[in-house]
Amino acid sequence: MNIIVCAKQVVDASEIKIDSNTKKPILQGAAQKISDIDKNALEEAIKLKDKHGGKITTVTVGTADAKERIKELLAMGADEGVLVTPPEKCDYHVTSTLLAEAIKKIGAYDVILCGEASTDMFSGQVGPRLAGLLNIPQITYALKVDAAKDKVVCDRNMGDKAVTTESTYPVLISVTKEINEPRLPSLMQILAAANKPINEMTADSLSSGLKPVVDTIDLKGVSMERKNVVYQNDLDESVKQLVDSLAKEGVLR
Amino acid sequence: MVLVYSDNKKIAFELLAKATEIAKEFGKKVNAVAFDEATAKEYFAYGAENVIVVETTQKDFKAEEYADYLENAIKETKAETILIGSTKNGKELASRLAGKLNAGCIIDANNVYVKDKKVTAERVVYSGNAISIEQFNSKPSIVTVPSKVFDPLKRDDKQSGSIVKKKFDAAKYASKIVKIQEMKTGGVNVEDAEIIVSCGRGLKDKNDIKIIQELADVLKGRTVGCSRPIAADLKWLPEDHWIGLSGHKVKPKLYIAAGISGQIQHIAGMRDSGVIVAINKDPEALIFKSADYGIVGDLYEVLPKLTTAVKEKMG
Repeated sequence: MNIIVCAKQVVDASEIKIDSNTKKPILQGAAQKISDIDKNALEEAIKLKDKHGGKITTVTVGTADAKERIKELLAMGADEGVLVTPPEKCDYHVTSTLLAEAIKKIGAYDVILCGEASTDMFSGQVGPRLAGLLNIPQITYALKVDAAKDKVVCDRNMGDKAVTTESTYPVLISVTKEINEPRLPSLMQILAAANKPINEMTADSLSSGLKPVVDTIDLKGVSMERKNVVYQNDLDESVKQLVDSLAKEGVLR
Repeated sequence: MVLVYSDNKKIAFELLAKATEIAKEFGKKVNAVAFDEATAKEYFAYGAENVIVVETTQKDFKAEEYADYLENAIKETKAETILIGSTKNGKELASRLAGKLNAGCIIDANNVYVKDKKVTAERVVYSGNAISIEQFNSKPSIVTVPSKVFDPLKRDDKQSGSIVKKKFDAAKYASKIVKIQEMKTGGVNVEDAEIIVSCGRGLKDKNDIKIIQELADVLKGRTVGCSRPIAADLKWLPEDHWIGLSGHKVKPKLYIAAGISGQIQHIAGMRDSGVIVAINKDPEALIFKSADYGIVGDLYEVLPKLTTAVKEKMG
């Protein structure tokens, strides 16, 4: 079974600070990581490979420093990584077109796995977009993936409904965070990952002259200003002080 | 043309109001897509001028077929701006459609307007730390909008319009729905709640939710919320109680977080609350950074005392 996992390098949103002068989020130098739910997608891919054999290739559209992050994916169990350097300006159209072209170049595939959304932007756009571009079925928000030789059955969380969808291959599946617990690689696996290949592709070699159809014209920071009063005294005293404060705030009515 | 579709009728009503405004700016008409005539008539009452009623045997929503229908409807109406309700179905539909059309798409917009003759939308990114303002430089422009972002126009049953019945072709897809089950819900609407008491991993047993409920009751909020682990992993509460980035976004006047560590995904769901109170035994817990008031202590000791004290204070 040939499995593709789409993995994005993101800034760790919990580390983002807001510049007090410009009121913009400080992204330069912020810690980078692989988006959490993409690791759930890889974990699911590893389970599929354990059952059916085959090969796992991860695809990332990102800057050169994403290579370090891709090594984490290889340590977890991916066989090969692909890093596509994006053009200067990027949007979902550009990213998903590059992913689609890179996947076509990788060759025949049975399953493409994605996280339901990335933890930085949380659009959840790339998975279904990619399925539309490749004209293959999509199974989104999968909570459980049950893969047989000729078809896959998934339980999906659709909010007020639980929907079970099945499909033959090839198919794109997006997974939720609850589907599994991504493994932590052992030291041996981390060392072994150094010998696994990371293929680099440029945007131009995949699709020349690709331009965004949506421009980000501004990014405004939202600072959270709270009073941060913490009562740590004797518990009865703390509770009394809290209730007095809430009464003054006018929320006890 | 401006085209509206949602699998949730209420959101469609809200989007028709915005579509009317955008259509006026561009000198275009408001179209909508529906799957039955009764719905089409309601859309007229909320501002639609033309409604395409798609006749299909695919009765349950499936993104593959529905994206094909929408693609046809866009061609038919020459729609340039497409507003879709941001439900789970709506988001995967809009994204697939955008992929097929190489079109721009903005998901979960909390504002949409025309600026410099271009459709522009705002959305929350980085777990609530920033607002991104994005503008389409091409057509069609696809935007999905969650419920309650826009107010619907006043219903006017005297308004009518033209219904065009269409049998669009969809490609044959290898996927099919084998089962649909209604999820168990708690029948709560955390998004409308004025006071919410929420619990997280600090809770040790499902039965202990009663101490959360007791505080919620004396606060006359009666609404219990929770973080991701309680609803999604442990399933101690149905998902309609779940507050966070992929759960519900709430803005009560008082939000009490008990035994919640304060992961950014949870904060993203409650950061617009009026007053935020945190109760956690770990003085280093992140939740205190996002709170107005906090007590460092075990929720099992703090909550009963707080419930009693609130009861006394409120008489």
